[in-house]
Amino acid sequence: MAEYQNIFTRIQVRPPVPYPGVPLPPDNDARDGKPRFVHLFGRLGDAQVGPIYLGYTGILSLLCGFIAIEIIGLNMLASVNWNPVQFIRQLFWLALEPPPPQYGLRFPPMREGGWWLVAGFFLTLSILLWWVRTYRRARQLGMGTHVAWAFAAAIWLYLVLGFIRPIAMGSWSEAVPFGIFPHLDWTAAFSIRYGNLFYNPFHALSIVFLYGATLLFAMHGATILALGRYGGEREIELTLDRGTAAERGGLFWRWTMGFNATFESIHRWAWWFAVLCPITGGIGILLTGTVVDNWYLWAVDRHFAPAYPQLWAPVADPALTQGAPR
Amino acid sequence: MSSFNLKVGAAVTALVLAAILVPTFERPTVRTEQGGFRGTSMGSVENPRLRAQVVARNQVPEAPEAADNDGDRASALYENVQLLGDLSNAQFLRLMQAMTEWVVPQDVRDAGNGCAYCHNLDNLASDEVYTKVVSRRMLQMVRTINNHPHVGETGVTCYTCHRGRAVPAEVWAAPQLPQHGLQAQTGQNRVSRPAGYSSMLVDPFSPYLLRDENIRVISGTSLPRYNTTSIQATEGTYALMMHMSSSLGVNCTFCHNSRSFAEWAQSPPQRVTAWHGIRMVREVNMSYIEPLTPLWRAHPNGPPEAGAPLARLGPMGDALKVNCSTCHRGVNRPLNGVPMLRDYPELRVIRDGPARSAALVPQ
Repeated sequence: MAEYQNIFTRIQVRPPVPYPGVPLPPDNDARDGKPRFVHLFGRLGDAQVGPIYLGYTGILSLLCGFIAIEIIGLNMLASVNWNPVQFIRQLFWLALEPPPPQYGLRFPPMREGGWWLVAGFFLTLSILLWWVRTYRRARQLGMGTHVAWAFAAAIWLYLVLGFIRPIAMGSWSEAVPFGIFPHLDWTAAFSIRYGNLFYNPFHALSIVFLYGATLLFAMHGATILALGRYGGEREIELTLDRGTAAERGGLFWRWTMGFNATFESIHRWAWWFAVLCPITGGIGILLTGTVVDNWYLWAVDRHFAPAYPQLWAPVADPALTQGAPR
Repeated sequence: MSSFNLKVGAAVTALVLAAILVPTFERPTVRTEQGGFRGTSMGSVENPRLRAQVVARNQVPEAPEAADNDGDRASALYENVQLLGDLSNAQFLRLMQAMTEWVVPQDVRDAGNGCAYCHNLDNLASDEVYTKVVSRRMLQMVRTINNHPHVGETGVTCYTCHRGRAVPAEVWAAPQLPQHGLQAQTGQNRVSRPAGYSSMLVDPFSPYLLRDENIRVISGTSLPRYNTTSIQATEGTYALMMHMSSSLGVNCTFCHNSRSFAEWAQSPPQRVTAWHGIRMVREVNMSYIEPLTPLWRAHPNGPPEAGAPLARLGPMGDALKVNCSTCHRGVNRPLNGVPMLRDYPELRVIRDGPARSAALVPQ
């Protein structure tokens, strides 16, 4: 009998003919595309590709996303004088920058951040439409809407960074540029400007959930893969019987750390850890600059930044000496 | 999938990994040294193999025999000696010789044109060769630098920057950035070598080392309303700091503490030296380099005796200016901290003023 192997599998999940999917309730479009099998996909997951349900939210979301990417890409191309070679060579460095600080929340000239606002509008619209789509598809399939709400947690962080916090600060210039390295440089500069984000408790919580989610995912993934020889991926029926993969997995953790999740609760754990990462992160970002301007000094005020012995004589700010140059 | 495909896949993966690893990582061993209290991450990171190369590149040339200080002063012996008039004849000639070796290109010296690089050989007192006017201003600059708290007792000579070249190897000028209709130039978001190959300011020098724009961006209070500095301005400061870090071959924690970049009380003392350094470079660029621009505009390829043409101006037509790496060249103390000035006491007696020793208009 074919069986799942650990890490890589030889099994292709592949019915004799493509499966069209469950019938859809009324008021739904038909699914589009002729389904087919792709061997490589079968190595990673289910070998069948399509049919896909588009619907008007899907089509509009793709369209808005395309417009946003197009605006960003053309602006990047313009910033290297429309030179395709430089565009590819410097792609990771190029960006579409938000408006400079002097424009506040006003609509700036198109070439000075106006395009950033337009691209951001379409990207946001695209993301929100995609969220509607995940919600409605789940409902139409009779599922819960956990995926949509997890996605909403990520959208919260995105909106805080690019929309809610800039409005609270009264300037679009506080938002993140569109670009690979530029958004990373922005992140570092953001932490420096606001006095070291490592002293932001919500940043700390976000990291806890980020690493926690990774740890949980590793524990759960490893457990299920290790149970592959007992059919551990068939979780639900296994929970009801004795001596099954599920029971062995539970026993393994009970023996190693005295406590074990259940096959249901482990996914609740994972879901909350994953969802709390952007939720707490978003809170931390939202408080930065609006409520706290220097997290290090705030931590000193709140007495949780420890004082360390200093191994050299303290120095004074030379700008405070009388007659010092600027 | 056949094993052949897997082998091809593995080979491609290995190639991609090698392409990422080889140019971006440096070969071990890397030595770290703890500088602050344990756990505060105040370490310095150094690769001894690469450090040895940098140290070897920053050696001081052997000094010629010291000159005696007897006899008439140069001001009495020669005409039009405005700054070095207090030297004896032997000292004066020793310094002229040294300056020629420090600044005039090797091939010009080899062709026997060393003196002619700055002087009219028929009338050595004449100021008609523009490089002589530049040299006079440079001597005043050396005087200013050697009285500046940044250099302390170590001091500088022409060699600290020039190292046998008419134009020091590490200089900067305003970059030529594309101007186009769709996106206004932001001065960033392209590969920036000064900013450590990040996408921050391509030119972090003009605002901070030529003009005196505000470098301090971090709030001095925990609560908002007292600091209007933007994140963009922070990126500018960050870019300048990356330049300083790479020029001096040091980490951030050489000057800053790891918890609060702004806090002076916890910062290592080197930060004060660096603070003075920024002011010194500003003064050098504003008072000495920039005002000489008309002379370089009139002679964009150097004096007639220059040999191979060597640009005196940047792509935007501005002068080639000074930054941290002009002297430092990858070591935190230029020329590995050797006090070269001690061997050239002549440079200690440059006269103060006149502020402009000769006409700065091209002749």
